[in-house]
Amino acid sequence: MAKLEEYIPIVGKPVIDELKLLGQKLQGKVIQNINSTAVGGGVAEILNRMIPLLKELEVDARWDVIKGGEQFFEVTKKFHNALHGKHEDIDRRDFDIFTETSQRNAAELNTYGDIVFVHDPQPVMLVNKRSGNKWVWRCHIDVSNPDQKVWKFLRDFVVKYDSAVFSAPSFTQELPIRQFLIAPSIDPLSDKNKEIPQQAIDSVMEKYKIPKDKPIITQISRFDRLKDPIGVIEAYKKVKKYVDCRLILAGGTATDDPEGMAVLDEVREKSKADADIHILLLPQNDIEVNALQRGSTVIIQKSLKEGFGLTVAEALWKGKPVVASNVGGIPLQIKNKYSGMLCYSVDGAAYAIKQLLNSPQYARKLGENGKEHIRNNFLLTRHIRDYMLLFLSLYHGEDIVYL
Amino acid sequence: MQLQKAKEPFKFYTRLNLTELTGLFASNLRQIVRHIKKVPVSSIYHHTHRFLQQRQYHSPEPPNDFAYWISNVLGEKELSEQLASIDMARFSDINSLRNAIVEIIDLYLKKNFLSGFRHLEKNEAFCFMKSVSFILPTSYVVTDLKEFMEALKNITTDSIYFHTFEARLRIGRETNDFSDWIKYSIGNKKLADEISRLDPYTHTLEELRMVMIRLVEKQIGG
Repeated sequence: MAKLEEYIPIVGKPVIDELKLLGQKLQGKVIQNINSTAVGGGVAEILNRMIPLLKELEVDARWDVIKGGEQFFEVTKKFHNALHGKHEDIDRRDFDIFTETSQRNAAELNTYGDIVFVHDPQPVMLVNKRSGNKWVWRCHIDVSNPDQKVWKFLRDFVVKYDSAVFSAPSFTQELPIRQFLIAPSIDPLSDKNKEIPQQAIDSVMEKYKIPKDKPIITQISRFDRLKDPIGVIEAYKKVKKYVDCRLILAGGTATDDPEGMAVLDEVREKSKADADIHILLLPQNDIEVNALQRGSTVIIQKSLKEGFGLTVAEALWKGKPVVASNVGGIPLQIKNKYSGMLCYSVDGAAYAIKQLLNSPQYARKLGENGKEHIRNNFLLTRHIRDYMLLFLSLYHGEDIVYL
Repeated sequence: MQLQKAKEPFKFYTRLNLTELTGLFASNLRQIVRHIKKVPVSSIYHHTHRFLQQRQYHSPEPPNDFAYWISNVLGEKELSEQLASIDMARFSDINSLRNAIVEIIDLYLKKNFLSGFRHLEKNEAFCFMKSVSFILPTSYVVTDLKEFMEALKNITTDSIYFHTFEARLRIGRETNDFSDWIKYSIGNKKLADEISRLDPYTHTLEELRMVMIRLVEKQIGG
């Protein structure tokens, strides 16, 4: 795991010095993170990297995980989809399963933190235990248009927290508690984002039999309708009429997701007649994702719905020109025609890709601007700083705080 | 040359910002001006100054969120240009800036009555936020211009921001902190005036750092 000092060449020493100053202000406070899984998923990934760095800053950050059986996680998966605005059949029994498991967790889990930092809906009910300490609910989900039945159920618990944190302005809700905006981040030193030699890029391209004879358009996403892989193929076909190119659609395995496998079948069907379309069902291999992004000419993220869309930040950090839908947190990462291209449709995506393939200098400039935007706003060091400020805000209600 | 020692040392502070969501949205021009009139000072401050810290490089976007939204989402380019070109350096407090923004939008609505009613979906609405500022001392304390210049090279852009913008606008100091110290504590009015005359709104923070370093260098013959 990377040490704080290793971030200095990327963000500069003064930024790390500021983190140390903030760390001093939190000494004596125990920050207890609680979520539902220790491995897999974005929350676990960020906590795995963040907790050691907070400790290095002498902040007593800890991490506990709730328990839940198969039924509980089936319900929370439904909740997750419903909060994203997808229709789910949720009945009284689902709420009962959620409540019973939450009560068991509340009985078993010691909420010892001076600040209890609860991530996502699964552990939300633990707040019923609060007694004198500070509680923050961190929502990592796009709740801009949630299923009202699920949101109203959760809201009764959310209002018992001191503050809530959302990833994008449009996710904010009407709540009687303070709400903060903290965008997620990427770690520039992780396997997915660190610099890798050209040789490593070439060997991944060779492994997947992708010749470098033509420009390469790539979307890295799991095979999910919300990522619109079919729309990506349609956009590619429109581009291909004018610019000879290849398309890579690469995503994680989806064997436990029946819908994911169906989408993958559709994608394969739609692309089978074109040898320049490369469908890669990738295992969890961050270095390979890194190499595929770096080996591409243009990165696309044509999602119909996104939480924050960190694949965009990953691509921009590698200096790549990106074409992405104007949804979720993507417009926070891309200013149209300045640090990337935003689109609303297949035609719009195709038009933008063509522009970038035909104007490499313009594409390079967008990539450079995008990289600096990510450096200033979406790296892990900024994320840690915001979290430390959030913790301090729990002890200060005013708009100007002297520490 | 013997450098003039300051009567009082200069302590560098830094200011770190946390963004708070107010829960207020505007879906058209009438709503946005109604909210601009009543939101806290820290919200006007956020939407007119956020870009200075988030943008470390030249960007074509108008230098405040109101102008950006009015141009890119509402499509009212003329009004956006008027808001973007407000001479922010002439305001010494945020309420005066707020009044100037309101006056421009109100006047535009009088001339363009129908513009006020174009209604947008929630995902395109303007979301009002505010800045919660945390001000804390850094380890840099200087007693003459040479030390001052060395510190300028090493402090964060957040610290430069604090001493050039925050102190003046939100804490109500007359000029930026650097000019104030150089004038009264070092006694170098010429350099103080040169720094004071810089329009911080038309430089990135890194440019501002470089320009100030050059001005100090010229004075001390470095």
